Amino acid sequence: MNDLIVKTIVRWVIPFIQLFGVYVVFYGHVSFGGGFSGGALIGASLILYAITFGLKASKKMVPHKRSQWMESLGILWYIALGLVGIYTSAYFLGNKAAGFYMGEAGQLLSAGIIPLLTIGIGVKVASTMITLFQKLVEENEDV
Amino acid sequence: MIQVFNFVLVIFLIICALAVQHTDDLVGSIIIFAAYSLIMAILWLLLAAPDIAMTEAAIGAGVTTILFLVVISRTRRMEK
Repeated sequence: MNDLIVKTIVRWVIPFIQLFGVYVVFYGHVSFGGGFSGGALIGASLILYAITFGLKASKKMVPHKRSQWMESLGILWYIALGLVGIYTSAYFLGNKAAGFYMGEAGQLLSAGIIPLLTIGIGVKVASTMITLFQKLVEENEDV
Repeated sequence: MIQVFNFVLVIFLIICALAVQHTDDLVGSIIIFAAYSLIMAILWLLLAAPDIAMTEAAIGAGVTTILFLVVISRTRRMEK
């Protein structure tokens, strides 16, 4: 797409979408939202970048190797945090029993394991979205 | 008042769902489906589920529409 208005507006709007996505991910345990919603917002902003500036610019921003790493690290982070519970002789994904910091309810640093898990889910969902789009577009370049 | 609004939205939702099936032009069908997703997002908000509403607006109206459009750009536009 080669339109000055669309390009300018997208360049202005994308940081706000990504900021809102990061907010939803980090405040998943306090307010509404969570890993999937925030990750979907970030992935949608990356797709918006890809359909405006073309596949080549998108691949420069998020190469396949980087999204592959992010996707794998997201789920491995989740599993590792789950195994911490078993290591401290609680159950898998144990929260208070595994000794995570619980804090005051309603604060950002509270609820123990849940915000950490949410970050992993957000990274995985965002990279999955952009990988899905890049793989679908890859063979016809003129989108 | 809110019940009248709810009723109008549900009627519009059903009309959209029927129109998606009866449209021969697949691009038009996808745009109607995006409208369906947007109405569904407002309905989730009225059902006191704002997180689902946000996900529906981002995925249903945004990402799914774009993925369908990419698939149609690689196949036929009109339904036989």
